[in-house]
Amino acid sequence: MANFRELLNAAKSEIREVDPAEAERMVASGAVLLDVREADEFEQGAVPGSVFLPRGHLESQVEGKVADKSVPVVAMCAGGVRSAFAARTLQELGYSDVVSMVGGFNRWKDEGREWRVPEVLTPEQRNRYQRHLLLPEVGEEGQQKLLGAKVLLLGAGGLGSPAALYLAAAGVGTIGIVDMDVVDESNLQRQILHNLDRIGERKVDSAKKTLTALNPDVNVLTFDVRLDASNITDIISQFDIVVDGADNFPVRYMLNDASVKLGIPVVHGSIFRFEGQVTVFDPRNGPTYRDMLPEPPPPELAPSCSEAGVLGVLPGIVGSIQAIETIKLILGFGSSLVGRYLTFDSQDMEFREFKLRKDPENQITWENRDRIQVVPLEDHCMPAPLAAPA
Amino acid sequence: MSVTIRIPTTLRTLTGGESQVQVDGATVGDALSALDSAHPGFRDRLFDDDGSLRRFVNVFLADDDVRYLDGVDTAVPDGETISIIPAVAGG
Repeated sequence: MANFRELLNAAKSEIREVDPAEAERMVASGAVLLDVREADEFEQGAVPGSVFLPRGHLESQVEGKVADKSVPVVAMCAGGVRSAFAARTLQELGYSDVVSMVGGFNRWKDEGREWRVPEVLTPEQRNRYQRHLLLPEVGEEGQQKLLGAKVLLLGAGGLGSPAALYLAAAGVGTIGIVDMDVVDESNLQRQILHNLDRIGERKVDSAKKTLTALNPDVNVLTFDVRLDASNITDIISQFDIVVDGADNFPVRYMLNDASVKLGIPVVHGSIFRFEGQVTVFDPRNGPTYRDMLPEPPPPELAPSCSEAGVLGVLPGIVGSIQAIETIKLILGFGSSLVGRYLTFDSQDMEFREFKLRKDPENQITWENRDRIQVVPLEDHCMPAPLAAPA
Repeated sequence: MSVTIRIPTTLRTLTGGESQVQVDGATVGDALSALDSAHPGFRDRLFDDDGSLRRFVNVFLADDDVRYLDGVDTAVPDGETISIIPAVAGG
């Protein structure tokens, strides 16, 4: 029967150990730093970017956290003992390039390498977001990102309602809402943020009540104003992402010009009768609204939903897709709809996808951001000329 | 060349409610002209007076915007689909 020392020596004889300096170099070139300590140790200090997985859950959960077994893994604990056993286990599980860091987190910290006290979820949050925490693509770190994210919803109407509800439920920590309408009975056919008791109330106030009742983690910022050239830059610059659920072309073009100037991604959705369209405009990395639609149709060819009607469930689908795309942008997983124009026809129940490209004639670009002028747009929505170079 | 043209809800009043129309045409322009012959009214909706596609109508051949191919002169392979995607702004 082996004692502890013999077991440890046996484990160490089968693995490779590196010092913190070498571990840091490995991590810098793409290795995963796997922190196998317990939660109470992790909460007092951790290495940014490390993957936290207590050794007790190692075998059962590591394949979910580190899917690619050819990626180099540096196992780390507090002093280098548990990580040695963990490294051997990882080798047994088929990870091909595993090392254990000698001296562990304590030596890492003593040598002055980067660490911080991680933000941790409260027990209530851990319970609320349990289904997210189980997803490796979200996890605790992702949930913290959602809680730290700031998303602005343009409109608390058909699209804004489902988007806001799902983003609040997901724990997006700051949700801004711009809308200057009051709740009307005819809104309730599709605008599920509101209800009969709210008729006559400001839409932003009604939205705030609904979202706060759903999730007290969410800080709801309300903007009971008509978005115009004088306020749009101030408002959207407070947010990381804008969800566009506006109901007219001029506001969409103005949002484009301001968001391109500031480099803020816009998750676009639009609906008409039975059909919807969704895409993501990331001004730094892809086409934008003016690339997709160089000019708006004349009003006689583009009746609004209040004139032509809209199936009430339709914005539920489109706005929910906008919420998913927003969460993907925040967390950085999956393939976003950047450069992809998704159309949905609810009558034939068909989704189709088309390619969007940058229009070489469009001057409202990230590269020209310093010269973009955000000004009131006339009916034809043409942008103001670029300002002279500074 | 037989081509399928997909008609958006907004323009189905012109096709008697049909969501797709089969036409013949060697180019995108030919196919859209054939569409207008079969269901008058499309020409005004899709083309400017000078015969170019209106800038607020997106026409895709398969999944490519014809503006980035050869516009109305883009050749259409037999059996391909043209989709007309109108600009909508409802929210």
